[in-house]
Amino acid sequence: MIPELGHFALILALGIALLQTVAPLIGYARRDAKLLAFAGSAAQGQFFCIAVAYVCLTISFVDTDFSVAYVAANAHTDLPLIYRVSAVWGAHEGSLLLWMFMLSGWTFAVSVFNRRLPADLSALVIAILGVISTGLLLFMLLTSNPFERLFPVPLQGRDLNPLLQDFGLAIHPPTLYMGYVGFSVAFAFAVAALITGKLDAAWARWTRPWTTTAWMFLTLGITLGSWWAYNELGWGGWWFWDPVENASFMPWLAGTALIHSLAVTEKRGLLKSWTALLAILTFSLSLLGTFLVRSGVLVSVHAFASDPARGLFILIFMAIVTGSALLLYAWRAPKLVSIGELNLFSREGLLLFNNVFLVVAAAAILVGTLYPLVLDALNLGKISVGPPYFNAVFLPMIAPLFVLVGLGAVVPWKKGKVGETWQRLKLPALAAVAIAIVLPLALHGRATLLAVTGALLGAWTIIAASQDVWRRIRAKRQFITGLTSVPRAVWGMTLAHAGLGVWALGVAFVISYGFEKDVRLAPNASTEIGDFTFGFVGAQEAKGPNFVAQQGEVTIEHGDHSVATLYPQKRFYPSQRNVMTESAVEASLLRDLYVSLGERFDDGSWSLRIYVKPMIRLIWLGGVLMFLGGCLAASDRRYRLAMAADRKAVLDGAQPA
Amino acid sequence: MRFAIPLLVLAVLIGFFAVGLNRDPRTLPSPLIGKAAPAFELPVLEFPKKDGAPPLLTNADFVGKPILVNFFASWCAGCQVEHPFLMRLAQSGQVQIVGVDYKDADADVRQWLGVRGNPYAPILVDLDGRTGIDWGVYGVPETFVVDARGTILHKHIGAMTPEAWEKDIKPLLVKP
Repeated sequence: MIPELGHFALILALGIALLQTVAPLIGYARRDAKLLAFAGSAAQGQFFCIAVAYVCLTISFVDTDFSVAYVAANAHTDLPLIYRVSAVWGAHEGSLLLWMFMLSGWTFAVSVFNRRLPADLSALVIAILGVISTGLLLFMLLTSNPFERLFPVPLQGRDLNPLLQDFGLAIHPPTLYMGYVGFSVAFAFAVAALITGKLDAAWARWTRPWTTTAWMFLTLGITLGSWWAYNELGWGGWWFWDPVENASFMPWLAGTALIHSLAVTEKRGLLKSWTALLAILTFSLSLLGTFLVRSGVLVSVHAFASDPARGLFILIFMAIVTGSALLLYAWRAPKLVSIGELNLFSREGLLLFNNVFLVVAAAAILVGTLYPLVLDALNLGKISVGPPYFNAVFLPMIAPLFVLVGLGAVVPWKKGKVGETWQRLKLPALAAVAIAIVLPLALHGRATLLAVTGALLGAWTIIAASQDVWRRIRAKRQFITGLTSVPRAVWGMTLAHAGLGVWALGVAFVISYGFEKDVRLAPNASTEIGDFTFGFVGAQEAKGPNFVAQQGEVTIEHGDHSVATLYPQKRFYPSQRNVMTESAVEASLLRDLYVSLGERFDDGSWSLRIYVKPMIRLIWLGGVLMFLGGCLAASDRRYRLAMAADRKAVLDGAQPA
Repeated sequence: MRFAIPLLVLAVLIGFFAVGLNRDPRTLPSPLIGKAAPAFELPVLEFPKKDGAPPLLTNADFVGKPILVNFFASWCAGCQVEHPFLMRLAQSGQVQIVGVDYKDADADVRQWLGVRGNPYAPILVDLDGRTGIDWGVYGVPETFVVDARGTILHKHIGAMTPEAWEKDIKPLLVKP
């Protein structure tokens, strides 16, 4: 009964989504306020239906109702409760439902927080989100229904892919999807503005918090994914330039560019058509990611079981959504006139450079990701593009961004002065150079080019980024009043930029000073790596709720004192006959010690993979700082104040702006 | 005009995706095609079980007529899918199928074949998967077509299907 209820709720949601699209568009054409107002109710009704469907699928999982084909394929009676709940998005059908749930959630949010928006803009935004909902719901109901029944009912399920039975991965897809899907709001705002022809400072101010919120979730999602890969895949890396990682990174780069160009459009009324294009591109790249993961056109560890019919559907969907948005852009964008001149040595000029670097970097990744597909389509052979290409192309392209961050913090809008800029930046520059030389030597006793460059860029970014906050505090007489006078948007920006610096530091140090070693150790033998002695005590059997494991015991000593004892596991999941590596990590801010268990040899010895990873935590810390920066910036009181003021205006009987 | 450039780029990309959808990026041409099959020396899995040490077979034992070499395992889902077709193929007598049991316990295979029937003549045991590595196997089931002189003519990845047999493999065997 419950699965049928869920199925019915999806069909109902499709009907509502159609109305949500059509009614406001007619309302806009006929200037009919009632039809425009209907958009919000439809969005809320649709959200309710999708939520019901989502809860139904979750109940089916919690009850391990194997008469539902999707549950039978992705659950097992031994699966712990938390993973039964997260198994909802463990494969194609359910993750689409999650996508849909979030899309309707974002639309719901737009319908609730729209009081300061002009009625026609708000209705158009909701209608455009309705188009996306309609397409996805059709996709789900026609090709990927998660509520499909299975007869005869199997006694046992095939269980959730063990790779996904990890807390990091349980929360990685939802945060990532929040980001992907969230960019649909920026997309809808851009398309709505192209329809109305009004793309002004107010429009940019409305769009900014939505974009920042989506961006911060995507940032967190990518960070979590990287952290999970490090812990779970047993090869000690944090980024692999896998096509699907790239698919999440391209919208991130485009979204980062969008956040910055929105700032220019709001403050200076410039880059209007460029901002609209970026909003369209960012969401289109999110759709592209969905297509790449679910169609099987590229080889990736992330790929879902693929089905050409599904791939074709998403391709057509993507062609319609992106194609019509770009068509509208080609038609209407020439009419978006930017007022004022753009001076290259000014904050907006620097932000333009930032956009150029980010977009070119995204394009370079797109080329590398799709190159194998293009060659294959042209019958020019099968190749794969790996990290050497991406590192060679990407790193030089983002290095200038760090320099720009520092400059951007002190160069004012409209026109900057070289002398003044130098006055403000010479101390931070000097400090960064000093840190770049001292830090590698102090921590590791030798300097490499990469470590010095990374420390230079990282320190420069952190110090220069803090300048803005520092000057605002100094402007007040008391430190505390100064501290509280700094707007959240400025705190957010500073924190996110500092996160970028922290990230750079981590990347440079982990590459420069990391050790890795594959060893074969008999029980009670030991090996030395760096300053550490790794002793292998032995391996024993250990039992988990739905797996049996070989658990190794490794003691780590530094000089005479013991640092840690690690228990890496090699897990065997009988339900899927799958073997998984669960590496063990002794983590600290300055270095990680990482051990993963390899194969057992006939004589009782084991192969072990051991890493020393200096400062790898900083990579994720940087991501978390960027996320927190996004939180602060999106919740700036400027946005809330404007909302309260508009509401008051409505209550006073005035016409809303 | 410049505002239409993004649209053109999209159109080109969509074209490439449409072509890409009909291709499988996983079908890599095997470098072994046209070369002599890698050397192996594997014990025979006797079915049903016999006493005494099982005999060892090498490439030389299969020279003289074309064979299919099918890497399989009792734990593999694709092998279950292709099994009924392999049974029919073996019974039709069109080709000899040599099974290579890949990283699998003997008892499990015996039970698996006991339930489903045995299309293989004979079954070789690649317990540590070394022969699989030599042959470039990266997932079972995989099937190689080896001619009478011991040269690999073709490699089929994934479950064998009647279509693949008719279209890709049978024509190779008819040729002298």
